[in-house]
Amino acid sequence: MGVVKGDQMILNIGPQHPSTHGVLRLEVMTDGEIVSEIRPHLGYLHRCFEKHSENVTYEQVIPFTDRCDYLAAMNSNFGYVVAMEELMEIKVPERVDYIRVIMGELNRIASHLLALGVYGLDIGAFTPFLYMLRDRERILDMFEYTCGARLLYNYMWVGGVSHDLPKDFQKICIGFLDYFEPQIEEYNNLLTYNKIFVERTADVGVIPADVAVSYGVTGPNLRGSGVKWDVRKDEPYSIYDRFDFEVPLGDGHFGTLGDCFDRYWVRMLEIKESVKILRQALKDIPGGDVHQMLPKKIRPPKGSVYRRTESPRGDLGYYIMSDGTPTPYRVKMRSPAFTALSVLDEVSRGWMISDVIAILGSLDIVLGEIDR
Amino acid sequence: MTVDMLIDWFATIGDFPILSFLLAVIISGVPLFLIMALNAMVAVYVERKVSAFMMDRIGPMGQGPGLHAGKWGLLQTAADAVKLLVKEDTVPETSDKFLFKMAPYIIFIGAFLGLAAVPFSSVLQVADFNVGVFYIIAVGSIGVIGIVMAGWASNNKWSLYGAMRSAAQIISYEIPAGLSIIVPIMMAGTMNLQEMIHFQEGNVWGILPNWIIFNNPFTFIAFFIFFISAVAETNRTPFDIPEAESELVAGWMTEYSGFRWAVFFLSEYANMLVVSGLAVAGFLGGWQSPIPGMFDTGAWGLFWFMGKLILLIFVMMWFRWTFPRLRVDQLMHVCWKVFIPIAMFNIFGVGIWKLIFG
Repeated sequence: MGVVKGDQMILNIGPQHPSTHGVLRLEVMTDGEIVSEIRPHLGYLHRCFEKHSENVTYEQVIPFTDRCDYLAAMNSNFGYVVAMEELMEIKVPERVDYIRVIMGELNRIASHLLALGVYGLDIGAFTPFLYMLRDRERILDMFEYTCGARLLYNYMWVGGVSHDLPKDFQKICIGFLDYFEPQIEEYNNLLTYNKIFVERTADVGVIPADVAVSYGVTGPNLRGSGVKWDVRKDEPYSIYDRFDFEVPLGDGHFGTLGDCFDRYWVRMLEIKESVKILRQALKDIPGGDVHQMLPKKIRPPKGSVYRRTESPRGDLGYYIMSDGTPTPYRVKMRSPAFTALSVLDEVSRGWMISDVIAILGSLDIVLGEIDR
Repeated sequence: MTVDMLIDWFATIGDFPILSFLLAVIISGVPLFLIMALNAMVAVYVERKVSAFMMDRIGPMGQGPGLHAGKWGLLQTAADAVKLLVKEDTVPETSDKFLFKMAPYIIFIGAFLGLAAVPFSSVLQVADFNVGVFYIIAVGSIGVIGIVMAGWASNNKWSLYGAMRSAAQIISYEIPAGLSIIVPIMMAGTMNLQEMIHFQEGNVWGILPNWIIFNNPFTFIAFFIFFISAVAETNRTPFDIPEAESELVAGWMTEYSGFRWAVFFLSEYANMLVVSGLAVAGFLGGWQSPIPGMFDTGAWGLFWFMGKLILLIFVMMWFRWTFPRLRVDQLMHVCWKVFIPIAMFNIFGVGIWKLIFG
């Protein structure tokens, strides 16, 4: 930060602070309420995921991926197993693909619900948070019913999934979707169209499309800036090319394109699209086995693979390098939240402290994934 | 009235002016303090339950009579109070210790003095001033000194931010609140709260009670400006930026713990009572019955006054659990560019209305 000018003050937001979404420290240079520079300090949650992965077998990496993005653990699993299967050049049974998509989309809804609810909390609205958490709870109940875990599932395995869906899962899930879809309108009435909420988010923290692209921002944050990029559509993996869904884009609904409201709004629309995908997947899901016959010790052929998937936070990429032994030579994770955080300094300059909290919340970061 | 009555009564016994004054103040002050404490306890419980029902929860259920589950958590706030009493009272090493310890008293005094002039009924009022309205507005601003003291003495950046925001906010919102309360003063032609309530007797347009809020369109607008400004003055959502927990951790209260913090809490709820009381007395007919001529004798006055008071406090809670929070510049925008011009216009409007129709 260098020399502090006489009229400036350094404010440490975090690592213990209600709105840093984990243990993040923001070193904020302020002049009164106006922010002139932000330096995020990472690493409070660093657990050596990548290095640790080099000392365990390929299957044992999966629980670590759970703990990276703990709000969308299914999607983290999904990315890793898809990359592994590409490396090993195996094809999983069709039922497995469907189950994975169902779980991934359910977890996307759960993750977005938390992101939107916590965003309301950052802006000061307490009640929508609890409404969204209430519905997220029902998704977690379904996960618990399927695989026994509520947060860290270790559900998707290389070549299959750990448990088949329970017999009445389809009924329960459709029941949930029928209950859930009208709730979205309730959230909108409660929070989205609230005048104060719009005042606080519209025109605030604008990320222009070129800035977003040059920082490598992905996911809803990029789409909020109006760039149409969704890995599910543009580089389809698994069976995403079979489903009919839109890629929602920010349109400057109440203000400038790429503001906080657009990022919020894109997430809200994505929930609707996920419901659409879920309905199709639940309708078409075939029967069959959910385990691919694989040797006890997985030894992928020598070589490397980079596969990206669309997690709720954006492009989640895994680079896996194999030297033919049962342990990976290198596992690298490309974290979407990390790039989203890196743009914070640029977009927050000149805004107020309250706005920094609003911008940080709209980027929807998960520290577990940033620090790894 | 109580204080004056007591002094007069003591004077009949003997001629001890200072002693009788002190006795009268203590006799009327202790119940007032009890009201304040009871108000905070009940209000905290109600706030928890109200917020719980709004959020699709059930709220506290554990601490009931008999201290077992299933009694609606009626003793929850009592348990909280005990917890706060026995908590360690920390004073930061680097703080200005004298100011740090003084601040809760100042804030408490601000809230307590205001309560003295609230007319709970035609007889239940500790001090019936001829400048009651002015007095409540004046002592209401003492609290902000305590807030700034607390924020500065804590030697903490969050506290300082909270205190500065709070000072700016409370001082700004006193202006529209003051300009709006001028409207009932103009209508009733008095600053005495009892006389103001007596002015609101009877009917207007045959059906509505003759409350100042229903008197003419300007008073109607003035009430809403006053009420919103009152919410802002008590630092509650959507104007809770001084203690915005998602931004400033706890604002100026960050470094306080245990009972010092509890005193802040007590004062916040007492402030709600005072500003709502002023709104009820000035605009909503005070202890007058909503059906003129019925249920307006004896204890009914207290009932109606408390009923209106509770309604306003409930609305404040409703705000809190529904709205997001404004930003500090938007808050100032609303105050200086919207409320103050309208409030000024209101004063002229009421004056002209009185000239033509009154």
